[in-house]
Amino acid sequence: MPDIDKINNVAVADISKLDSITFADGQKVNNQSVSLVTDAHTLISTSTASNATSIDISSGIDSTYDVYMFDFINLNAATDNTTFQFQVNATDGADYNDSAITSTHFAAFLDEPSEGTSSGLYYDGSRDAAQSTSFIPLEHYVGNGADESISGRMWLYAPSSGTYVKHWMAQFSENAQHNAAYSTYVAGYINNTTAIDDIRFNMASGNLDGVIKMYGLAKS
Amino acid sequence: MAKTLIKSLTASSSSSLDFVDGTSDVVMDNTYPVYEFHFVNMHPATDSVSFSFQVNATDDAGGDYDTSTIQSTYFAARHYENDAAAALDYNTGFDKALGTTYQVLGEAGNDNDQSISGVLALYDPSSTTYVKHFTVSTNFSHPGDITRNSFIAGYINDTTAIDEISFKFSSGNIDAGTIKMFGVS
Repeated sequence: MPDIDKINNVAVADISKLDSITFADGQKVNNQSVSLVTDAHTLISTSTASNATSIDISSGIDSTYDVYMFDFINLNAATDNTTFQFQVNATDGADYNDSAITSTHFAAFLDEPSEGTSSGLYYDGSRDAAQSTSFIPLEHYVGNGADESISGRMWLYAPSSGTYVKHWMAQFSENAQHNAAYSTYVAGYINNTTAIDDIRFNMASGNLDGVIKMYGLAKS
Repeated sequence: MAKTLIKSLTASSSSSLDFVDGTSDVVMDNTYPVYEFHFVNMHPATDSVSFSFQVNATDDAGGDYDTSTIQSTYFAARHYENDAAAALDYNTGFDKALGTTYQVLGEAGNDNDQSISGVLALYDPSSTTYVKHFTVSTNFSHPGDITRNSFIAGYINDTTAIDEISFKFSSGNIDAGTIKMFGVS
């Protein structure tokens, strides 16, 4: 196959991206077959908070996908020593206050050398939930220092199911407000067989900065 | 990290869900260095059974998923819906010391709304040099109305390539549920 120098009279070297080209459209360029990398990992939305009270995702959670992945990127609190948390709305709810969630919560931590030598792995019985309709803690000790943040990932399974509870799992890495590394694992289920279509993330106190990306994994 | 959906299998009173390289469009060879299996609401026909997996190496093609030795760890956090107890435990009942039976990934009840979901990553199954590492995290509705978040990891102690993997419950059929197999490039 000959090399392509120009596409529609535009030098290939001048083309930095082929944005908005679907795989089907991109199978041939000027009649030249091309092979594009498919990705069954679709970015649905990017939510960027800047001193926001919460990040609410209220579109894109439906039956299009049955595995949703949320990436949390450098969430920073306006208020020191607070807790990052979430709650959902079922399709018959509105105020993020009536979905019962049962969860587990455990963490490993290590102080920075300047703070001491404490380390450990523990189950956190004060931050798990037993059929709670309140916001569910995902990470605590979130700091408001300029370089302090949390990042992590959360999986949500089949939120549109009308049959099963909704399982979810999350892991975070944190540069905590007291200068320690925390690796936190939180999981559970939304004990509701009604479809879930809204999710809210916020800090227990004060506003937040940061980015949340929501992806869907292909169904077929 | 691009993921390619290789195959999605949906159970309907199925004894197992098996992914076999070269069969029904399944690819499980050196095309990808990492394979991910996502379980979505695996629901057992029988109450209080364990969801589990085992593999066949290429020298046991079409075999009975009973010859590959697995060394693994298993720990889990648990919390009762009624708040009766909560803990993080290592579970010696589900780890394996070069065992050849199926590796437990979690337990599930068969109430209508109970199931197990999660993800298993299998690394470099086509290697003929190294053992085959896997990591798993699952969350499930334990039959005792407990949420359990399990973490399983280990290796298939075999330097022969692996190209078949089977998922099933320890007893009874998989009443419903979907397993999606992705290749990660």
